[in-house]
Amino acid sequence: MDVLFLLVPLSVLLVFALMALFAWALQSNQFDDLQREGARILGDDEKLDANQDPF
Amino acid sequence: MDVAFPANVAGPNIAKPASVASTTYEDGPVRVFTLAAVLWGIVGMTVGVLIAAQLTWPELNFGIPWLSYGRLRPLHTNAVIFAFGGCALMASSLYVVQRTSQVTLFLPKLAWFVCWGWQAVIVAAAITLPLGITQGKEYAELEWPIDILIAVVWVAYAIVFFGTIGMRKVRHIYVANWFFGAFIIAVALLHIVNSAAIPVGMWKSYSAYAGVQDAMIQWWYGHNAVGFFLTAGFLGMMYYFIPKQAERPIYSYRLSIVHFWALIFTYMWAGPHHLHYTALPDWVQSIGMVFSLVLLAPSWGGMINGVMTLSGAWHKLRDDPILKFLIVSLSFYGMSTFEGPMMSIKTVNALSHYTDWTIGHVHSGALGWVGLVSMGTLYYMVPRMFGRTKMYSVPAIELHFWIATLGIVLYIAAMWMAGVMQGLMWRDVNPDGTLVYSFVESVKATFPFYLIRLCGGLLYLAGMLLMAWNVVMTARAGSAAGARPIVPTSDAPGALPA
Repeated sequence: MDVLFLLVPLSVLLVFALMALFAWALQSNQFDDLQREGARILGDDEKLDANQDPF
Repeated sequence: MDVAFPANVAGPNIAKPASVASTTYEDGPVRVFTLAAVLWGIVGMTVGVLIAAQLTWPELNFGIPWLSYGRLRPLHTNAVIFAFGGCALMASSLYVVQRTSQVTLFLPKLAWFVCWGWQAVIVAAAITLPLGITQGKEYAELEWPIDILIAVVWVAYAIVFFGTIGMRKVRHIYVANWFFGAFIIAVALLHIVNSAAIPVGMWKSYSAYAGVQDAMIQWWYGHNAVGFFLTAGFLGMMYYFIPKQAERPIYSYRLSIVHFWALIFTYMWAGPHHLHYTALPDWVQSIGMVFSLVLLAPSWGGMINGVMTLSGAWHKLRDDPILKFLIVSLSFYGMSTFEGPMMSIKTVNALSHYTDWTIGHVHSGALGWVGLVSMGTLYYMVPRMFGRTKMYSVPAIELHFWIATLGIVLYIAAMWMAGVMQGLMWRDVNPDGTLVYSFVESVKATFPFYLIRLCGGLLYLAGMLLMAWNVVMTARAGSAAGARPIVPTSDAPGALPA
């Protein structure tokens, strides 16, 4: 099972990369105000005028 | 914005505005991808119905090599996963990343290249697979020239997606983008490692790995393709389009963050459960089983999070067929993420492996989760892509939902019964140690279940055809001309550039 010598280090590297990414997300205040961020997307697109809709 | 949530959205989370900013979203590639998803959905599902009929009546192979089951089955899987699912994922990810980042696409021309490049990959697959040109690796059948094209298109896709994130005007990266991003990076990694091969001609190559090593790589790829293509990507869809359609924020945004990190930290080693009781070392099989069992927790956390978004507004589920698609897709996600870990337990796998139970499991995920969430998402996006507020026929969406759901139930119930029956027949031994049933007896006993499965597939395909009609009528009545303006999500005037 020599291939595990490729796959296991690859997974370990990946986990370290993910941990670094998580640390970056924490330090750049990504998770500071989660309630607001969850609600923010609700207004990101224009409302089409229903009167101009032919259906 | 007509939503009843705290208005103090401005403030430190708004990044510095760029000096020059486009004021509209770049929806051209998104529009093509939504239409392509519907078209390829019909193609892939039609081939699926044909091969289901071939399993019921082998005469339907007609003795023509190009129409034989062995060549059409990979065409079916590639068409539904990478063509239908892939186009739906690319459409939704490019739609979502622009809106959540409040910015137009990074390098729109490259996005167009991704769009047409991906269609070229699909057409190449549709030609080479019936010709019998294949690497023989499940879900990675395409030969090396197409593999290289996939890699190029995929890297371009990653550049467009992450470039757009890099230009974002909202400091916070919405959770759907994390899922889409993980899907893009993981699929690139999986594809490049698993497709490593030594070409011996234009249309023939040999895998860079051999024997059980190749099997291990193949199912490391195969299960992570399930995890990152068919799960993470579609969860990105779920986390954006359920809140949008329900007009409520996700039940717990905090839980969605936990869901993301828990899922990606634990997914990578579930693959060996595809190789139970093979030449793979026993301990590697056990690791695969343990990691598969662990996955139940984040999966169900995510499912509950999505469904509970409707908490306090359940009436919307009764009135809105698009929400029906999205929420019922999550219940199938929950079902198949319970069933999967259970089937990865070695003692259960001893019964279920190589039977049609596996096919039932895959389709509860594919038809139920991936299919329904994509259809709900497409029904949300298509009117918006053509300047309309809703689909041409809303009752047709409702009808589609019920046809599709009935089809899924017939399909998976038939395959459950067939699978358990086959497993029990194959392991049944006489007191003297000989087998009670020959293999062909189990095939014969499966006939009625294959027939029911075919009916389920036909219903599901019929629903898709209804959807295509609805999409065409919507597109014809609408217009693709007007680009949609970027609407700031901040309620504080002047926080974003005009």
